[in-house]
Amino acid sequence: MSTDPRPVYLDHAATTPMVPAALEALTAHLGDVGNPSSLHASGRAARRVVEESRETIAQALGCRPGEVVFTSGGTEADNLAVKGMYWSRRGAEDSRRRVLSTAIEHHAVLDPLHWLADTAGAEVELLAVDSDGRLELDALRASIERDPASVALVSVMWANNEVGTLQPIDEVVALAAAHGIPVHSDAVQAVGSVPVDFAASGLDALTLTGHKVGGPYGVGALVVRREVEVTALVHGGGQERDIRSGTIDTPGIAGFAAAVELCVKQQSEHAGRLSVLRDRLVAGVLQVVPDARLNGAVPDGEALVRLPGNAHFSFPGCEGDSLLMLLDARGIECSTGSACSAGVPQASHVLLAMGREDEAARSSLRFSLGHTSTEADVDALVAAIGPCVERARAAKA
Amino acid sequence: MKILAAMSGGVDSAVAAARAVEAGHDVTGVHLALSRNPASYRSGARGCCTIEDSNDARRAADVIGIPFYVWDLSERFHADVVEDFMAEYAAGRTPNPCLRCNEKIKFAAVLDRALALGFDAVATGHYAQLRTGADGLVEMHRAVDHGKDQSYVLGVLDQAQLAHAVFPLGDSAKPAVRREAAQRGLLVADKPDSHDICFVADGDNAGWLRERLGDRVTHDRGEILDDTTGEVLGHHDGSYGFTIGQRRGLRIGTPAPDGKPRFVLDIEPVSGTVRVGPHERLALTGVHGIRPRWCGTVPSSLAGPGVSVQLRAHGDEHRASVTVGADGEVDVELHDPAYGIAPGQAVVLYDGSRVVGSATISSTTRRDR
Repeated sequence: MSTDPRPVYLDHAATTPMVPAALEALTAHLGDVGNPSSLHASGRAARRVVEESRETIAQALGCRPGEVVFTSGGTEADNLAVKGMYWSRRGAEDSRRRVLSTAIEHHAVLDPLHWLADTAGAEVELLAVDSDGRLELDALRASIERDPASVALVSVMWANNEVGTLQPIDEVVALAAAHGIPVHSDAVQAVGSVPVDFAASGLDALTLTGHKVGGPYGVGALVVRREVEVTALVHGGGQERDIRSGTIDTPGIAGFAAAVELCVKQQSEHAGRLSVLRDRLVAGVLQVVPDARLNGAVPDGEALVRLPGNAHFSFPGCEGDSLLMLLDARGIECSTGSACSAGVPQASHVLLAMGREDEAARSSLRFSLGHTSTEADVDALVAAIGPCVERARAAKA
Repeated sequence: MKILAAMSGGVDSAVAAARAVEAGHDVTGVHLALSRNPASYRSGARGCCTIEDSNDARRAADVIGIPFYVWDLSERFHADVVEDFMAEYAAGRTPNPCLRCNEKIKFAAVLDRALALGFDAVATGHYAQLRTGADGLVEMHRAVDHGKDQSYVLGVLDQAQLAHAVFPLGDSAKPAVRREAAQRGLLVADKPDSHDICFVADGDNAGWLRERLGDRVTHDRGEILDDTTGEVLGHHDGSYGFTIGQRRGLRIGTPAPDGKPRFVLDIEPVSGTVRVGPHERLALTGVHGIRPRWCGTVPSSLAGPGVSVQLRAHGDEHRASVTVGADGEVDVELHDPAYGIAPGQAVVLYDGSRVVGSATISSTTRRDR
């Protein structure tokens, strides 16, 4: 167990500490009364906070305020986009039953897709990625052109949450737009880390969430173009364009907006600082463990190929969860980057899709940096990783 | 010591971990995930294989204040325990998968990994006592609570394994352990004990085996013969559905001429023939054991008033004399008869309360032969 009370937190891609501005905005409204849907003065005051927050987010993301639909977070926004757009597109034209996506999406997209396939007649095609984890555009092109009229929607994440590889969103949108096919992108990891402009992207829908950008948990949004019809998942009071019913979370949304505004304003400087730290981390780890392999697109100067705060390695001969435990015992917190809601770690579907063997996929760890990360954090990891890898290798032998 | 506490989600392993902490050790809790596709909630009397059990273990670790992880042992468990269980039944034997799990998983795969990761020992909630003998070796003795004693399922551990084992509950009675759990604020204090084989979801061993061995075993159907008269009493759909000593579920139409219940005496896996007869025909005077495992020094023989053997979990102690052959195999002469013992089960050898070793029963000697 660590004697240092402050852990070295290298898991910002899981969740990042709330920024003071967001905490302030959240707590400022926690004690307020007033349902934003109420017609009296207190209701109007709450509604004003919500609408100002919506405008703040719209300003930051290059969309119109009316295009921001607040949700309980990224998973709900992804579900709303994938199911809601599939249902409305299929409802308008029954032959539109194909959904094109990638094999490396987050489970918040993959599982709704599988569910649609199992229960709602969707034909889901998970398109291949290359060894860096980047969508093969030729595969997407071929799949669309085989029968464009049958495609209900395309969903491709902006940046992969495990290996950090950025996806060719511009090209995806161009391919789909040629046939009038709507495109959704899960940008949960991208907002605040890379430039994200909704209007400029040409996307029809985009997912973001509060707790990945320094805001509170339990609040997120689906940005969705006004012309795009989305069938509701949650029915009730008709809030949020009748797409997402439920009493609006005024304080959460205020905190969320403050975080989005700040992270977008500071994006460039933040990314610059993180990529320097990330490069130090990658170089440090590779120096101590020369046969470790950096997974995902290799950062290359100015080219935007990878999230600036992401470093994802395979450590040959190690079990990722042994390594995680050994680092945790030294106060260094990271992730195996794989789904383990059941507590049983599964080999990462992202690495498997990138062509890695099951063994390599299980030997992986993700280190993700954020706004509180320091050189000292990176140096602590570099100091600890050698002995931990040695020990984890012995444990697997 | 740095101790890895294996936490099933049950009350025993939770209290064991808490006691290890209280004894001043640096303890880390680990739940062993043994199934690749765990069910969400526990049902029946199984106690370690669901997500709910994993969550119970996690909450116990929180209350105790120790780090907690889930280790995926599902592949090793399947290869070393489940496959063996199926193969043994297919060969007409009756294996005990708990012994196999202790030998191959908890005190092998898990212990090896723990030692390599820098731990000194693995603690479990088993009821058995460890003490250091005059020769400096670690001895394993029966638990103080004879009703809960689990030294039988630990009889496969050798000295190297025992030297890195910790059983904090060996000196306690089960009711006291439950009371202690409640006092410590562990929510599993009144969780029911587990009894059945953890990987057989509904406790229906025969159904589980039929589903999996249906293709592997050619004799899905076979005859049920009266062992005395040779008369065919009925047919069955899979000899792996039977265990020697079994009385219920034979589905024999005609009653025995003497009106006494009939029991499975013998299973012939090649022909699929199941032989039945009266209870007294089950009486054994001896067993032969292969694959011996010794807790410490290998004896050449065991005899005397304190020597006994146990032939199944929670079974009786039988006074016995034991000879160890040059090949290491074990011959056990029973001083009083044992009933319903099947090849594949383990014979665990005791000198007083001390476990000397164990072997897998390969053949039995009937009193009437």
